[in-house]
Amino acid sequence: MIPPPKFVGDLTDLPTHAFGHRSLTWWGVVAFFMIEGAAFAMAFAAYFFLITGEQSWPPAPYRPPDLLAGTLFTLIMLASEIPNTRLKRAAEKKDLRSVRIGLLIMTAVCIPLFVLRGFEFASLNVWWTDNAYGSIMWALLFLHLTHFATDFVDTVVLACLVNTRHAAEDRRMVDVAENAMYWRFVWLLWLPIYFMLYWIPRL
Amino acid sequence: MSVMSGKELPRDGRDLEGTELHERLEKTWGTPPGLWAWISTVDHKRISKRYIVTALIFMLLGGILSLVMRVQLATPESGLITPDRYNQLFTMHGTTMMFLFAVPVMEAMAVFLVPLMIGTRAISFPRLNAFSYWIYLAGGVLLWVAFILNIGPDAGWFAYVPLSGPEYSPGKRTDIWAQMVTFTEVAALAVSVELVATILKQRAPGMTLSRMPLFVWVSLVTSFMVIFSMPSVALTSGFLLSDRLVGTQFFNPYEHGDALLWQHLFWFFGHPEVYIIFLPGVGFVSHIVETFCRRSVLFYPAMVLAVVSIGLLAFGLWVHHMFATGLPRLGYAFYTAASMAVAIPSGVQVFCWIATMWDGRPRFDTPLLYVVGFIFTFVIGGLTGVMLASVPLDLQLHDTYFVVAHFHYVLIGGAVFPLLGAFTYWFPKFTGRMMSERMGKWTFWTLFLGFQLAFAPMHWSGILGMPRRVYTYPAGLGLEQTNMLSTVGAFAFAAGLFMFLENAAVSLRRRANAGSNPWDASGLEWAVSSPPASYNFAHIPVVSSRTPLWDNRDHLPVMTGLRVDDRELLITTVMEAKPDLREPSPVPTAWPLIAAIATTAMFIASIFTPWAVVVGAVPTAAALIAWFWPKGPETPEPVIQ
Repeated sequence: MIPPPKFVGDLTDLPTHAFGHRSLTWWGVVAFFMIEGAAFAMAFAAYFFLITGEQSWPPAPYRPPDLLAGTLFTLIMLASEIPNTRLKRAAEKKDLRSVRIGLLIMTAVCIPLFVLRGFEFASLNVWWTDNAYGSIMWALLFLHLTHFATDFVDTVVLACLVNTRHAAEDRRMVDVAENAMYWRFVWLLWLPIYFMLYWIPRL
Repeated sequence: MSVMSGKELPRDGRDLEGTELHERLEKTWGTPPGLWAWISTVDHKRISKRYIVTALIFMLLGGILSLVMRVQLATPESGLITPDRYNQLFTMHGTTMMFLFAVPVMEAMAVFLVPLMIGTRAISFPRLNAFSYWIYLAGGVLLWVAFILNIGPDAGWFAYVPLSGPEYSPGKRTDIWAQMVTFTEVAALAVSVELVATILKQRAPGMTLSRMPLFVWVSLVTSFMVIFSMPSVALTSGFLLSDRLVGTQFFNPYEHGDALLWQHLFWFFGHPEVYIIFLPGVGFVSHIVETFCRRSVLFYPAMVLAVVSIGLLAFGLWVHHMFATGLPRLGYAFYTAASMAVAIPSGVQVFCWIATMWDGRPRFDTPLLYVVGFIFTFVIGGLTGVMLASVPLDLQLHDTYFVVAHFHYVLIGGAVFPLLGAFTYWFPKFTGRMMSERMGKWTFWTLFLGFQLAFAPMHWSGILGMPRRVYTYPAGLGLEQTNMLSTVGAFAFAAGLFMFLENAAVSLRRRANAGSNPWDASGLEWAVSSPPASYNFAHIPVVSSRTPLWDNRDHLPVMTGLRVDDRELLITTVMEAKPDLREPSPVPTAWPLIAAIATTAMFIASIFTPWAVVVGAVPTAAALIAWFWPKGPETPEPVIQ
């Protein structure tokens, strides 16, 4: 038999949303960080494993990738954290007007990044079919592209969503804040990749 | 935003309990009859049952393949199976059992039990849960349809390069294997994310980490293990696909790729995988021992630490699968030591269970028999594991039947016996009906003796030098007797499994008679009806010990105040499980299925052309956006802002 209930407390007055680690969404996003982080960690391991099979990195006669596109990409990524932080704070303050503008800025920031990413592929100076070095260089750049494109789509969807009636619900602000957190992960992960693609071949 | 109390909304409490509360909650949380509701349901219990039934079907299919192999090996130089077909048989058997049976069935048990054990109304991210089932089903069907069409994979369940590479495996067999891996990894990762969030954020008030049931602990640890290990195999099977499809050179030694890179990335997943399958067994055994010995498991902190340390050690010993590839001396020493070290936490667990049985009053019903069978078999498998961790012996026994015996002792002994015990133990909770105890005991002994007869002789076959994955053996090497015994044992084991399923089927046809707590167990899952209502708990339980039902026999303390006209969950704090938020839980929708169909089309097409990834991303993204787009709450949410 199920023992009869004894009422010891009431939950009616609890809030229905919160930011950061108090919310379920945050934990879902962090779990996806761990998954993606693990995948990138393994790709990094593969990169260093393949270095051990070469006399030089890049193997002769290949030249290291050209610096310009990747460096510009990195600088814009780093600079994007300023509007990103403002967006996250606006979401936490539930300042809908600033959130709308912030999401448009973050969407706009991605356009030159996509163009530069195209130039990055062109400036690798090796094809993925040439050798294992070329394969892992393309793989790292491609994996980060999918990572970055995922967040771009999420940002565009949120930019549309905050202009509908659903924006009235405060939970949408939690979504915007978590998306801003995801963007930090996107550029943080890029820094070691930038180093591995452009600078380790120059060491 | 206007400030409203929200107090006028219907909530459970003194004014709303009993039958009326049940009816209203059922209206909010229930799955009505009909195909559309069946397709779009997000009820964790229904999805778990689908997962379990599907996994059992794959287990039977994989089991049939093993019987065919055993018939082939019963006599030397048998001509029943051609070498090529035999390659497919052992590849399909291993792949099916690991990717389509063992991991999914364990996760499915957690999907059903964890929300009930921690006192919440639903799993977190329930639509992701529905999506994960459809993706898993698609991956399994892809593999088996390919096999039936005679394009099944044939390079072993670990698909070593260069054999699986473009040069030695032309055609699409290996691509189907690699893409099936992608499907099942997506499914397993999705479930792990749900379980981590559910366990950390949805525990009943008062269920601190130190009061968490042991099965919930192992579910948390295995979920983290899935999160950190499975990306590795997803990445490397992606590398393999791209080597085969677009001409990358990851594994091609002529262009300075490396075949060992595959082995490292595969076993960085593959070894933790073994513990991902075994640790849920630890959880099952702990609960069964507690209930049937009438006392809580002794040395709970030691058990938890053992589970966590197995989870950590699991990531430090993958290289012992690669001893035969040649390693630096320090590598041999390190990975031998790490592999042997796992025996310590495993031993701690075994001693904790034995001590609990010693100190308790054991009643040897069928579930506890499976525990005894588990301890006996798993200890043997563990000891041969310690033997294999020693490099000189491993080099002698590598790729022989000794290894086949070892891992079947560990996996069937360590995971399948506890699983069958768990099925028997929680069968009343899943279905409302008890399984036959008499039939259960006959089944156990058939399975136990059949297992020993099938796999013990393989140790001798292996020591005599019989290699794995070879379709026959010559007469006159002394292998006839052990192989014949193994074949007889395999059929006895299969008969035992058939008896188990028959017992379940007969019991299902009986009248529901189990009651909510037929074993007088201590956990919260027994505080709800059998089978549980769609909303699990009418009121959210409050916990003040590890054995709440034993310590609150007259009254179960509960908290009230969740909405009954909308799906609402209680979110608590991570460490102390203090009530923190009320968050809505998603309603049923068919979008997870549509997203799964779009993803499936993309994955399968990408076996044939890389452009499928680009083109297929569009419908997949569209389905995911439609899924996440808010549909608007049925009633507005007036709460204190």
